[in-house]
Amino acid sequence: MKNQATKLSKKRGISNNNLTDYIMLAPFLVLFFVFTVLPILVSIVLSFFNFDMVSMPSFIGLDNFARMFLSDDVFFTTVKNTLVFSVIAGPIGFCLAFMLAWFVNEFSPMVRTLLSFMFYAPSLVGNAYFIWQVLFSGDSYGYLNSLLLSMGFITDPIQWLKNEEYIMPILIIVQLWQSMGISFLANISGLQNVNNELYEAGSIDGIRNRWQELLYITLPAMQHMLLFSAVMQIQSSFSVSAIAIQLVGFPSVGYAGDTIVSHLTDVGTVRYELGYASAIALVLFAMMLLTRMIIGKIISMLNN
Amino acid sequence: MENAINSQKKTLRQKIRSLKKPSKKMNVKRFTRSRSGTVIYFTFIALAGLFSMLPLIYSVVTSLKPLDELLIFPPKFFVRRPTLENYVALPGLLSNLKVPLSRYIFNSLFVSIVATGLYVFISAMAAYILSKSKIKGKNVLFAIVQIALLFNAYVLSVPRYLIFSKLNIIDTYWVEILPHLASTLGVFLMKQYIDGYVPDSLLEAAHIDGAGNFRTFFGIVIPVIKPVFLTVILFAFRDIWASIPDGTIFTENLKTLPMIMTQITAGGIARSGSAMAVTVIMMIPPILVYLVSQSNVVESMSSAGIKG
Repeated sequence: MKNQATKLSKKRGISNNNLTDYIMLAPFLVLFFVFTVLPILVSIVLSFFNFDMVSMPSFIGLDNFARMFLSDDVFFTTVKNTLVFSVIAGPIGFCLAFMLAWFVNEFSPMVRTLLSFMFYAPSLVGNAYFIWQVLFSGDSYGYLNSLLLSMGFITDPIQWLKNEEYIMPILIIVQLWQSMGISFLANISGLQNVNNELYEAGSIDGIRNRWQELLYITLPAMQHMLLFSAVMQIQSSFSVSAIAIQLVGFPSVGYAGDTIVSHLTDVGTVRYELGYASAIALVLFAMMLLTRMIIGKIISMLNN
Repeated sequence: MENAINSQKKTLRQKIRSLKKPSKKMNVKRFTRSRSGTVIYFTFIALAGLFSMLPLIYSVVTSLKPLDELLIFPPKFFVRRPTLENYVALPGLLSNLKVPLSRYIFNSLFVSIVATGLYVFISAMAAYILSKSKIKGKNVLFAIVQIALLFNAYVLSVPRYLIFSKLNIIDTYWVEILPHLASTLGVFLMKQYIDGYVPDSLLEAAHIDGAGNFRTFFGIVIPVIKPVFLTVILFAFRDIWASIPDGTIFTENLKTLPMIMTQITAGGIARSGSAMAVTVIMMIPPILVYLVSQSNVVESMSSAGIKG
């Protein structure tokens, strides 16, 4: 009976009906195609056109890209902001998510559950960043202002969210506050599942302290999880716009808090220059894919 | 045969459990920290904990402050005479909008629950096929799914807008639900989990018994993947609950809570109590979903790694 079963399954695949395979896959496939693949294809095509949703699209070659790189100052500011933001908030968030997971992992299950909740809570509550608007409020009622005023550090309230110097650091702080998300939980899970025999073997092989243990055993064992974590960080830091728009407004003072996504949303859904917005989106996709490839390379290099 | 499957399911669950249990308690062979290391370690955790929790605690505390305490200078962190008046005042603040607060809450719950429910089943079915079926092209598809993890709704907003308008779903519930269903995180997490925890032999037994694909899926796969199922529900619910469909919803009757947040929070210091009250209300559903699913989340994420 058992022999027959394996034979049968080998012949027909694990599932016994190809048609139902496709039926079960279809809903996801259709939605994924329409709302993710198609938008990317549309962006690629439209980036060579001038299109405002009303008149017929007209082919303009590389004009959109030329405009982007030669005459759109706001584009450059937003690219710079996005890069500064991603280069600072991305890696710090990535490291924090790993470090905290590593720390939390040492506690007993009860404490670990509590600590996980504490660190995950800001990310869990989604758009609760209004809180920061009150903390950084520009009048003397703002929590930070009143604290600094009463301690005598400043004499006048500072317009935190309206000052080019402070906007980016504040956005980074708020992003970091929310960065213990999916990757943090994945790291905890990954750390708990590192095979203990590896640690035993390591101590026989002459590993002498926790740092060596981390470097030679834990990190290599976590390689795939770290890549997942990095992908999540790239996704959230390159696409940041909601936090910025909520906290510092759009456009922000001196464009200091505007990101590529807020710029392309503005160009696309407010000014209806869809061809140009598509070209900007393509550049953003390319930046994200490139970062993903570089990080993938770095992580696999570190482990060899 | 039915019995055989059940007993196999049981032994499988025991196997999974026994795989999990020891790893939780086997942190025996570890090195101890130096004393300064311990100090740094606990200081770091304490600071990170404060940084995480203070803003949230502050929002709860502020939402309970009566007006005169909101206007004290310098502001105090804690509340002396807690009151619910900020919560009670909320419906009144929106009276100029012609739509009662309850409608926004209903919309938020409706959209989040329907979209999450559809999402988790659609993703689970696709993950099951991608993991266990032998249909052609599934590896290519899964590779694309992994790359698509990079792109979220914000990055795709402009071309999606065009598609929404071609599909004629702008300013309907559809535009608040359908785009969320295209996220690939669910398929990715579930496919990895099924690869790791649903053995082929279990499915073969079901097929010999004559169970079709759907019966196998609902009767065997779903019970086994319950942890990752709940995890995906959590992540999806969290995202959908907080999402603001930019520029695609104009009818007041269709708007969700996050979309009216700004209208309430724009009221300055006197309104900050009510603004915090909305914020607190917004926090409750995702926290509830987390509390229900949390024991499964960590368990199910161990297979989330990306290879290559």
